[in-house]
This record gives sequence, structure tokens and C-alpha cells, in this order.
Amino acid sequence: MKHLLSTHDLALHDALRLLDTAEEMAAVGEREIKKLPALRGRTVVNLFYEDSTRTRISFEAAAKRLSADVINFAAKGSSVSKGESLKDTAQTLEAMSADAVVIRHPASGAPARLAASGWIDAAVLNAGDGTHEHPTQALLDAFTLRRHWAKVAGTGSPGSDLTGMRVLIVGDILHSRVARSNVWLLKTLGAEVTLVGPPTLLPVGVDTWPCTVRYNLDEALADRPDAVMMLRLQAERMNAAFFPSTREYSRRWGFDDARLAALDTLGLGDTVIMHPGPMNRGLEISAAAADSVRSTVLAQVRNGVSVRMAALYLLLAGGTHDHPAAPTVRENPALSPTKEPAV
Amino acid sequence: MTVPAPHAGAAPRVVLAEADIDRALTRIAHEILEANKGASDLVLLGIPRRGYPLAQRLARRIGAVDPSVDPRAITGQLDVTLYRDDLQRNPTRPPRATQLPPTGIDEKVVVLVDDVLYSGRTIRAALDALADLGRPRIVRLAVLVDRGHRELPIRADHVGKNLPTSSAERVRVHLEEIDTAGGRPVNEVVIEGGA
Repeated sequence: MKHLLSTHDLALHDALRLLDTAEEMAAVGEREIKKLPALRGRTVVNLFYEDSTRTRISFEAAAKRLSADVINFAAKGSSVSKGESLKDTAQTLEAMSADAVVIRHPASGAPARLAASGWIDAAVLNAGDGTHEHPTQALLDAFTLRRHWAKVAGTGSPGSDLTGMRVLIVGDILHSRVARSNVWLLKTLGAEVTLVGPPTLLPVGVDTWPCTVRYNLDEALADRPDAVMMLRLQAERMNAAFFPSTREYSRRWGFDDARLAALDTLGLGDTVIMHPGPMNRGLEISAAAADSVRSTVLAQVRNGVSVRMAALYLLLAGGTHDHPAAPTVRENPALSPTKEPAV
Repeated sequence: MTVPAPHAGAAPRVVLAEADIDRALTRIAHEILEANKGASDLVLLGIPRRGYPLAQRLARRIGAVDPSVDPRAITGQLDVTLYRDDLQRNPTRPPRATQLPPTGIDEKVVVLVDDVLYSGRTIRAALDALADLGRPRIVRLAVLVDRGHRELPIRADHVGKNLPTSSAERVRVHLEEIDTAGGRPVNEVVIEGGA
């Protein structure tokens, strides 16, 4: 794995490796000294062509906890606003010997272009490109879901996947790179994904995705999902009349107090409510739902740092040597490994 | 003794069999108790992978000598992957879990436990990792095998066996908690390769 561009081509093996590594990074986040020397001397550039607060500071915190040097580059007020091309910016960063470039760009495919172009030698991490993908968000969602799923099952989360978990993704699927990344990743991890939204906010070709599509949120909730992921209504991308009014949208596809109460009526004690943020309270999610014990919003933010630490570590820490020869003695599958000491 | 088929090179030879490992660990357990004048404040931290089962075995032996000691309550695992100085020279390795005993390590006598002491770089990384986790009163080092070739000024306090080796050889420790050969658990130390 040299770059992290999408979850579509992320193998189960690599996804589990990322999530397991994030588990150890999360343990570091609970210590008094939240700092590791693993990326000392490496330079990580945050190259943001689109506004972002949480993703950028999350990547920044992750890189700093691993002792990397961080350079923040926002397109606003930079030479990009003077007309500099992506290529010239990339070559400038290369000349400054960046080891990793975290890029957010309004054009789908910009990170893939950067990775494949040969303009730059650094590892490329996609932090959201157009309406294409946002892999670290999907990984942190999967991490949050996996911890919850393991807790419900009463087992440890390292090494486990999401087999059998049923996840609803609700709202503006059309403009959402988070939804796309989540569909691919959760499918890879074995979860059953159902998309719910108004037909106008579902993309063309959604029938070919590995998921179910529904239009009625109440019916979808009655099917007893294990997690409900609400998406932000992206007002800045609403350049057409996708629905009559925000009030009607909120009534039919928002997670309001009545639907929160319905979860209890249905006896769904273990169903969690997720939101990638930033939330439009009162629109796609009510304040009561956002602040309820079911809400994983803050856990998602916390897990975001761990997952991004794992991605930066796995992409940057190692050399480029081949894997060493397989050990001559195989590991004993019958006995428990040392992964989880019984202390 | 079942020994897995070697790749090209000299045949592996067994230098410590199961009974030898048992005897060495029993002696180390007594040495630890003697050096510490009892079991008070002792914490055994195994370095993954094979240091951890060794730490568990030592703790059980200490518990057998001093029944007031709960072996599980003094054993932990210390992962040093993220503190290694050779990360950039090797393919990325995912970190393993670090778990400290509930008592923590502040003001404790921490005994680091590993299977083979070679260059000393793993132990240097372990000392750095410990400093980020707390402040032990004393840190000691127990290893099953010391094979020499130190690259840093580091020395073990308790050694199961001093094994003069050439740096072309490989010392492999197989413990039944982790390894099998031909489907059966094994406990042995073998030397492979070399001229």
C-alpha cells in the first residue's frame, strides 16, 4: 500500500490491518504522553483546496502525535488563487521533500491524478475528492462500528470484521463521498448496507452498488438496523430543486425526536446513530438525537485521529524492502496469540 | 524431536530443549526474587511476541514460590514497534498491543522479558517506550538467550543461556503458546544457517 486513495480497491486484509493498527493508536490517545517517535523527521503536507476543519485538524493531530512535521496549505490566500496548477503546487511540495500529501480537492480524482502522475514521490492520502471518496472517514466510521459491534457481541474488536451488521445510510447520497466510501468499505467488511433518501438525491447507477436502496426511512427503521448513519444535507451543493422544502426533507428523512423514540419502541437498545459532521441540527438530525446516548458523533471524531495515525504510520513508517522470508515454524492457531494478554 | 524442514544452509540444531528452557526459567524466577529481595513491587513486562509468554511463565513460577503473588496481576506486555530505530529500513510492521498491569509501573521494579538479546536495539526501544508510560523505580532485563553482538551499551541482568553465535546464524525460539511444528506445540531454541 503506497497511497490511500479510495476504499473501493481496499482489500479486506489491508482494511483490517488499518483498523487493528488504529486500535493500538487509540490506546496511545488514552495515555498521559500521547506522542510516539515513529515518524520523526518525516514531513506531512495538508493540501486543502476545499474548506475543512475537522478533517484537517484530525490529520494534523494524527501527524503530530507520530512526531511528523506538518505543513498546512490552504488554497485560499495561496498561490493557487493566483492560478497555480495542481502540478506546479505538487512539484513545489516535492522540492520541499514532503513524505506524504494529504489532499482534499473539489474535483473527483485529483488525488489519484497526483498519485499516478509522477509529479511527486510522496504517499498520497485522499481526504475527500469531489463526490468520489473520503476513505479515512469511512475507516473511522468502520472503526466506530466495529468497536460497537464487538461490544454488543462481548468480544474484543482487534481482528474482527462487521459480518452480519446492518447499517442504514440516510440522506443526500448523491453528493456524498462519505456514503460512497462507506458502501465499499462496509461491504468489504461484511456488513449489509441500505441507502435511504429521496430519489432525487440518489445517484444514477446506484442499483449497481453492493447495497439495498429504500425511499422510506420509517420502513427502513422497522427492519431493525444496528446503526443509522445520517448524512449532512450539503446546502453548498444544492444547485437544483432536489426536494420541495427543507422542512419536508426534515419530516421525511431527518432523524427527529419521534424516530429516536421509535428506536426504543422497537426495542433496538443497541442501535447507534452516527453522523460524519458537521451537523445541521434540526434538519437531518434533531438535537435530542445528536446528544443522546446512542449518538457516536464524538467517538467518531476521537476515532478519526486514531485511524489517521494508523494510515500515516502504515504508509510512511516502513522502508520499501521486500517482505522477509516466511518463518519456518507456523503459528499455532489452536492457542490464543499474545495479541490480548489476559492481565 | 520434530524440526521443521530448513531452507538451504546448515541444518538447524537444537541448543535448548523443553526441559532446558524450563530449568532456565525456574532459575531466572529465583534470581529475580533474590535480586528484588522478595516479590514486592515486581512487574514483568514481556516484549512481543515471544517475550510475553516468557513473562507469563516467569510470573507463574514466582507465584509458585510466593503464594501471595497473583501471576496475572504482575504481568503485562510492552510493544516497542513504534519506538524502533530501524522502522525505515524494514517493511512496515503493524504495532501490537501494550497492556500494563492494573497497578501501573510508577515506582515499580519493572523486569523487561524478551526471548533473545542480540544487538540491544529492541531493549533501547523498550526503555524509550517505558519512559512514555511512567517512571519505574528500577528497570531490569531478563532474557532466555544472550547471543552477543551488542551494538549498544546494554546488558541483561538475568540470562537463561549465553550462546556464542556467528552473526550469520539465526537463533529462533519456539514456544508452545505461539508456535507449532507439524501440528504439535514445540518448546525449543534452535540455531539455523551460518557457515
